[in-house]
Amino acid sequence: MSLPETPTPRTGQDFWERLAQLDRRIIFAFIFLALAIPLFFTIRQPIAVSPEGRAYFEAIENLPAGSKVLLSFDFDPPSSPELQPMAEATFKQLLTKNCKLVVIALWPQGPQQAEKALAVALRDPQFKDLKLEYGENYANLGFMAGDEVVIQKMNSDLPSTFPSDYKGNATLSLPIMQGVKNYKNFDFIINFSSGFPGTREWVQFCVDRSGSKMIAGNTAVQAPENYPYVRSGQLKGLLAGMKGAAEYETVVGKPGKGVSFMGAQSVSHLVVILFVILGNIAYFASRRKK
Amino acid sequence: MRREIPLIITSFVGFLFVIRFFIPHEPFASMENTASSWIQVIKAFAIWLGILNLLKISGEKIYKKDKGWGFAAIVIASFLAISIAGFFFPFWETRTPGDSFIEHARKFQYPGTSFDWFYTYVYTPLSSTMFATLAFFIASAAFRAFRARSFQATLLLLAGFIVMLGSVPVGNALFSWLPQGWQVSDIADWIKNYPQVAGQRAIQIGIALGIISTSLRLILGVERSHLGGEG
Amino acid sequence: MVSLTIAGFLTLGIMSFVYKDNPVYKLCESIFIGVSAGYYFVSIFYQSLLPQLTDKIGITGELSDSALAYYRETGSLASPQWFNLIAAVLGVMMLLRLVPKIGWIARWPLAFVIGSTAGLRLIGELQTNIMAQIQKSILPLWDPQYIDGSLNMAASVGHSLTNIVMVAGILTGVVYFFFSKEHKGVFGGTAKVGIWFLMVTFGAAFGLTVMSRMSLLIGRLDFLLRDWLHLLG
Repeated sequence: MSLPETPTPRTGQDFWERLAQLDRRIIFAFIFLALAIPLFFTIRQPIAVSPEGRAYFEAIENLPAGSKVLLSFDFDPPSSPELQPMAEATFKQLLTKNCKLVVIALWPQGPQQAEKALAVALRDPQFKDLKLEYGENYANLGFMAGDEVVIQKMNSDLPSTFPSDYKGNATLSLPIMQGVKNYKNFDFIINFSSGFPGTREWVQFCVDRSGSKMIAGNTAVQAPENYPYVRSGQLKGLLAGMKGAAEYETVVGKPGKGVSFMGAQSVSHLVVILFVILGNIAYFASRRKK
Repeated sequence: MRREIPLIITSFVGFLFVIRFFIPHEPFASMENTASSWIQVIKAFAIWLGILNLLKISGEKIYKKDKGWGFAAIVIASFLAISIAGFFFPFWETRTPGDSFIEHARKFQYPGTSFDWFYTYVYTPLSSTMFATLAFFIASAAFRAFRARSFQATLLLLAGFIVMLGSVPVGNALFSWLPQGWQVSDIADWIKNYPQVAGQRAIQIGIALGIISTSLRLILGVERSHLGGEG
Repeated sequence: MVSLTIAGFLTLGIMSFVYKDNPVYKLCESIFIGVSAGYYFVSIFYQSLLPQLTDKIGITGELSDSALAYYRETGSLASPQWFNLIAAVLGVMMLLRLVPKIGWIARWPLAFVIGSTAGLRLIGELQTNIMAQIQKSILPLWDPQYIDGSLNMAASVGHSLTNIVMVAGILTGVVYFFFSKEHKGVFGGTAKVGIWFLMVTFGAAFGLTVMSRMSLLIGRLDFLLRDWLHLLG
């Protein structure tokens, strides 16, 4: 009588194959924890500032006091974790230089995002005595449909492109807009964008046609396509994503949400890298077994 | 005539914008200005067209009681809720003394209005979360699909890893033994500013050549696909 | 607090999709579609159409004498003239796309948009993405760096190598995209090097995309944990 055959354990092969086919909800859980847990801690880390981030800061720092700056808010709420901290810190730096600010938007949500960013900037104790007179030091001309046609038209006739401001006042009735015909009447242009129309269109139809100086804040997804413009000098500076926001807050000396979220960002990047490495190990290990 | 007149308009407007670049004087300046004003209005109506088409499709779904018609009703109800908040708020919000009806109505998105409430507590969380869930899927996709099967794939992964580590402070912390100027963030910055730019420029030059040839075909009337198939 | 609770539940409703598709997610998705459509509908009316149409004619906006003088001086035919109403007529023609029998009328305003985009892009792409980029790609392959008048060899070699990488990357990348010739021999080898540069480009783009997506989720978690549940300081 022979003993029954005991099956040969194949745990090694099963483990790698199982790992390669890991339920994605486990990955989701890891990502959730990687992002949520660091938020409970104050993690202070030195933020390395990129050359284009420093250039963004220095471009504004080198502006003469009282310069007239055009800001275009071309993004919506999904991009606000990356772009809103940039906008808030930009407003703070511009206000310290007593710049006159004109806000426009090529996305409908832009004017509201601008108002929120300015409200946060003005809550800074540094500006508690600052009297920002609407129409004199600051104006929000609102949103205008038309994409690149709007940008192109402002080369010749800005008041006709934005005939009324965000509140319904005639643009030409605002003191800050007296004598403003086109881009040449602005000392600097700043663009915050997350898609189309965005920085690319601004470079094409504003910078290259009018010779204006411009810097931009982009989401990290959009930034790669605009790095060529930084290298060619068409953009004087660029902030990319939440890291860009953190860099800028560091350089300006006013750490905000950009810096505070870097801890969670760090852990999430490590988790993603770990998963990719694990996936590759599982793949090659299961291939070798076969 | 249904196709000829639009072709003539496309060519005329296209040539106008090209000529205006080289001759910025009258009459081209004011012609371009006028055309731009019209196009701004047309594009605004084009967005309205998309919205009305959505409502039309949802309405048809409800009328025919197709599968999921209940959700189509939610779409229309949500649309009406925010539109009423935007258009009719002047009737129930207190008017600032001195404001005309239109001036009062134009404050529809001021902080505190019902439209702003929809924007802050309904639109913003929904739109933001829609995009935020992509974080989960990109991690899952990276785990499943990114395999270093070849030299090119390995190059892609390495570049990705370096940029990811260089974009967060923990990268420099983990590799603090690297000399000054050769930190992970420095290498990531170099990759983003030089080899990445080289590849992007090659891609952008290719895309630009494609756009130029398509634009030329449109202006010369060779390309007619935008006119549709019938009529 | 009620408003934040509504926002919180809507956020969780959308997030429930990562577990699996469910009716709560579909409900939130439908609300999102409807509210987005309504948001754009109202915003376009007040921020684009009123200023461009009725304000310029003087019906709904203040139109001072100085504004009129400005418009006449700049040659802007926008106001207060009947020319402006042609834009409204074209806009209404666009909406007629919804009526199948007369939908062809929408081709006229569409032709304006297509023509303007073609005209703008023809020059814009040539100027910005070809000429300017090629001009800035012509780099010295030997780029000496001087400090206090004397040659710094290390910096010179570094700059020169970087320039070589840039020029090689752009040339080989463009060669890769030339599909009219078969990628064989020297040409094929050059295209292969181009692919390497493109892989680095895509790898960097992937890294930045991961950063972007994680940032968005951090924003939402911050809202849930700090603004709604007050679990964070």
